[in-house]
Amino acid sequence: MGLRGEAAILGFYELPPQRKLAREKTFNLEQWARLSKAALDDAGLEATDVNGIVTPMIGEASMFVPSTITEYLGIEANFAEIVDLGGAGSAAAVWRAAAAVELGLCDAVLVTFPGAHDVPTHERRPFVMEDQMFFGASSNSYGSPQAEFEIPYANLGQNGPYAQIAKRYGHEFGYDELAMAKIAVDQRTNACATPGAVFHGKPITAQDVLASPMVADPLHMLEIVMPCQGGAAVVIGNKDMAAKSKNRPVWIKGFGERVPYKTPTYARDLMYSPMVHAADQAFTMAGITREDVDMVSIYDCYTITVLMSLEDAGFAEKGKGMQFVNEHDLTFRGDFPVNTAGGQLSFGQAGIAGGMHHVIDGARQVMGRAGEAQVADCNRAFVSGNGGIMSEQTALIFEGE
Amino acid sequence: MTTTHTPPVFDQPLPVPTPLTQPFWDALAEHKIRIQYSPSLGEYIFYPRPLAPRTLADDLQWREISGAGTLYTYTITTRPVSPHFAAAGPMILAVVQWDEGPRFSTEMVNIAHEDLQIGMRVRPVFCDYPEAGITMLRYEAAN
Repeated sequence: MGLRGEAAILGFYELPPQRKLAREKTFNLEQWARLSKAALDDAGLEATDVNGIVTPMIGEASMFVPSTITEYLGIEANFAEIVDLGGAGSAAAVWRAAAAVELGLCDAVLVTFPGAHDVPTHERRPFVMEDQMFFGASSNSYGSPQAEFEIPYANLGQNGPYAQIAKRYGHEFGYDELAMAKIAVDQRTNACATPGAVFHGKPITAQDVLASPMVADPLHMLEIVMPCQGGAAVVIGNKDMAAKSKNRPVWIKGFGERVPYKTPTYARDLMYSPMVHAADQAFTMAGITREDVDMVSIYDCYTITVLMSLEDAGFAEKGKGMQFVNEHDLTFRGDFPVNTAGGQLSFGQAGIAGGMHHVIDGARQVMGRAGEAQVADCNRAFVSGNGGIMSEQTALIFEGE
Repeated sequence: MTTTHTPPVFDQPLPVPTPLTQPFWDALAEHKIRIQYSPSLGEYIFYPRPLAPRTLADDLQWREISGAGTLYTYTITTRPVSPHFAAAGPMILAVVQWDEGPRFSTEMVNIAHEDLQIGMRVRPVFCDYPEAGITMLRYEAAN
């Protein structure tokens, strides 16, 4: 089953995130075009090489999204896909693109995630704050189970449900808040070695994390992502494209995905996330072990997401994740490098493009382009995606040539 | 004429039953709890559906349960989760596990934060909203 490792990430582009947009406001479609061009330039490929796209939802189209984009870019796609898996969307888009390449459908596929939601408005087209903005991607439509059984109890958005998961984790396995803070601290160290990170040049201590305001206990503000404006794109191509590209190809050797629920209230066992299945499938497909991986980039909307993903992906024993964090240096110069560009906690979460930060973190390391934060002799990376409330999860394994 | 800028007022969102879910809400209006049971699964389920989850068996029955359960998890939101709940102050967002099995999103009330404990026994509190024609089910400590 699965990939043969014949599709590779050949180029990428990631905008430095901004907490408030200081760049010109542009529509998602404009962002799509510019991010894509930058990623193609990075790969050394031409726009005319591209015959596939994968996209998240965009602001300017509620349906017919892929064809709206191909028309806008002038691409005649053999494969045009939209993914709606939240923070898992980027990793999910990468394996879909790789599959399209391996099937021979496409030579090169653009996976582009606009991440600046502050878009232009006009007095005749004012911005309408939709329910989704308030209800944190919980659907408030009539007939939606969330509208009827979650939103009225304020069980919406992300902070509360992730805090409920962390609280239950503490009940079952114990809770070491200093270990949780260390996750954020080590990532901040990585951000300080990553120019463009929103918290570049701003190191923190565990005491800073624990002294930051409690948002939903036990989660402090510095354990929660900083929403930003940004955007990212990668180009995935076949062996012929890899031969043309100027970068070291990052072959996509394995993936896994699991999507069992939307609201954690209904998880069969909240302490074992869908990553258990996704990571097992990815490692089996790639034919490598956990020990073969040189760095990991773990989706980090919250520190608890990192902790449970490290356990459920099989890097740490279940219930011993906090001990694992205490015993390892998670920085780029450490014995277990995690989120070497700062993660979303310290690089910044550019909306739906947040998950692409992890894809690019892994690809950048395997390409050997991480600068000061480069992990020595980095040939294999594990990347996770996480959407909803630990409810949509995707794993990827990259390998350098 | 002067222009004043006041923050918009957001009403608390209340449930709007559908024909399929109406029996659950009708029971709450009577201060009873009725949820679905699948004989072929041998399980109670929540929330209401037309067919049993996993098997899609067409055998769901409405059955009354006591509503007694345990606190599965919770969090205290010190920051409002959305403008709609800003006036509510810190809320105890809770998940209760009924003795019959299913879990239920709710809010713990009538309890000091320091008395909350995962695994504690809890009992139903029926909260009527006559103007909206709806009854909400919240929870408090059983003892």
